[in-house]
Amino acid sequence: MKTRQLTVYRGPCAILSDLNLDIPQNKWTSVIGPNGAGKSSLLQAMAGLLKWSGSITVDEINLTSFARKDLAKKIAWLDQGSSNQEEFDDSLSVYDTVMLGRIPHQGWLHLPSKPDHIMVEQALQQTDAWHLRQRPFLQLSGGERQRVLLARLIAVDSEILLLDEPLANLDPPHQADFLKWQGNLLTQGKTLVTVLHEIHFALRADFVVMLKDGKLHFQGPSQDPRTHQALVALFDGRVRLEKLGNDWIALPN
Amino acid sequence: MQKNYFLGKLSGLLILSAVLVLLGTLLGSIGASWNMPGSDQTVLFDIRLPRSLGAYLAGALLGLAGGIAQSLFRNPLADPYLLGSASGALLGVGSILCFAYLGNSWLDIIGLNGGAFLGALIGVLASLLLAGGYRSSLRLLLSGVVISVILGAANSLFTFIRPDLFQSIQSFMLGNTTLLSWSGVAVMAIALVICLLITLIISPVLDALSLGENTARTLGLPLDQLRLVLIGILALATGCAVAQTGLVAFVGLAAPHLVRKLSGGRQRVQILFSCLGGGILLLSSDLIARTLFAPIEIPVGVVTAVLGGLYLLALLRRTSFGAHS
Repeated sequence: MKTRQLTVYRGPCAILSDLNLDIPQNKWTSVIGPNGAGKSSLLQAMAGLLKWSGSITVDEINLTSFARKDLAKKIAWLDQGSSNQEEFDDSLSVYDTVMLGRIPHQGWLHLPSKPDHIMVEQALQQTDAWHLRQRPFLQLSGGERQRVLLARLIAVDSEILLLDEPLANLDPPHQADFLKWQGNLLTQGKTLVTVLHEIHFALRADFVVMLKDGKLHFQGPSQDPRTHQALVALFDGRVRLEKLGNDWIALPN
Repeated sequence: MQKNYFLGKLSGLLILSAVLVLLGTLLGSIGASWNMPGSDQTVLFDIRLPRSLGAYLAGALLGLAGGIAQSLFRNPLADPYLLGSASGALLGVGSILCFAYLGNSWLDIIGLNGGAFLGALIGVLASLLLAGGYRSSLRLLLSGVVISVILGAANSLFTFIRPDLFQSIQSFMLGNTTLLSWSGVAVMAIALVICLLITLIISPVLDALSLGENTARTLGLPLDQLRLVLIGILALATGCAVAQTGLVAFVGLAAPHLVRKLSGGRQRVQILFSCLGGGILLLSSDLIARTLFAPIEIPVGVVTAVLGGLYLLALLRRTSFGAHS
């Protein structure tokens, strides 16, 4: 996925301007930056939720030339810790919630087919939420919900997955599992783009994009020392990076 | 497994509906009787049967509209009268009554039913215009409130100028099932079939909205168009019901809540059950309204408010509903 002179608007104001990004295919890319840098806006623009100018291309095909339904099958988007409305006592069951991810694949009556059921089961198994399938979605805890929403995202079976803070509410074991799930998805040939505040997880990605004040700060492979220098500069030198085993962790200065 | 439950519940509700319609046909001010002499056939088939069916259909339309409103606006307090349709219908009836003395032939053609229907549609259109579109739910709700207040003020002016109309307008406000005819039943039946079919087909959009508006958009649903269709159905269903029976209170608000436990969260089931629940609620209220103090009838709107309100209150206390906040 490539963007050229991408400017993203939220209402009348430009949130991001003049972005030229090269997001490698079948790799995991992390978008990081301080609060309000426009990370979520970037993902929303890619998902077709915000107005943008310039160009976003997938396999050299401009995003605007996709039909709505084809775009939905190509790119799936996970909302940032969505503010869940709790006004209804009874909500969809977990299984039906994940089935919503199959909507782009269903006909006009939206009746689930056999492959839909298989996909939903796989997605729920993958995020360790299969045992929750009968429960009403809104009765789950935050972390359980997040896993169900991840399953919903996986159920779309799209080539590109955009995840806005997927680790929110997950407990440490499931955060660790998340890395495993990411690995699974990569072996299935998916392209992942995540917005992460957890620097040590972000540096596990293959590629890092740094945003600051609506501009591109730096983009590069995560193991490159120049990336690490840029990262320290990104946070005004308020964090430092330390190597621990094979991983890099960010500590406050 | 789930499917069997669904069929069981569905047939339960349908049987209850059929029993109520039968009861509605047999019970009357003359008393229940199985062997009617010939002349009473007219009472049976031209007064009681259309009245029972009509009350059921009007309730079903209101239940459908209420179910749509609550799911579309993601608000359990939403009801069909929300978008200015109620005050619009009231104003339509009020203005037709008010100007009837002019003897304009147009007013005759439109009639009270037509006036209520047109008024309801105009109310919803005005809310849409004021909100500057249908994309923001909150703005739409607020402009509905504003329109209701403005139209309500205009209506108060009518009753102020012509105090003699107060009783007629008040009876419309309370809801009235006594004047239902076969033609009214036909209109409502057609409207119900069309509205219900379209809603059931596009109901997955209501499910998807539970994930939030943005996520629903990324699922490739033409959200804006579908929302407009649903608002159209909401207006049509409410308009049809209100035109025939007046502003029956509470059915649209209560019916979706009464069946929520049964439906298990899926909107397709929820909408269908809201429809049946609305019909059952209004028809049973009608039965009570005409038998409780027979031969005097009390307005059905009073009974729906009391009956639905009590049941909803019992439901609230029994479940954890509303305990989140």
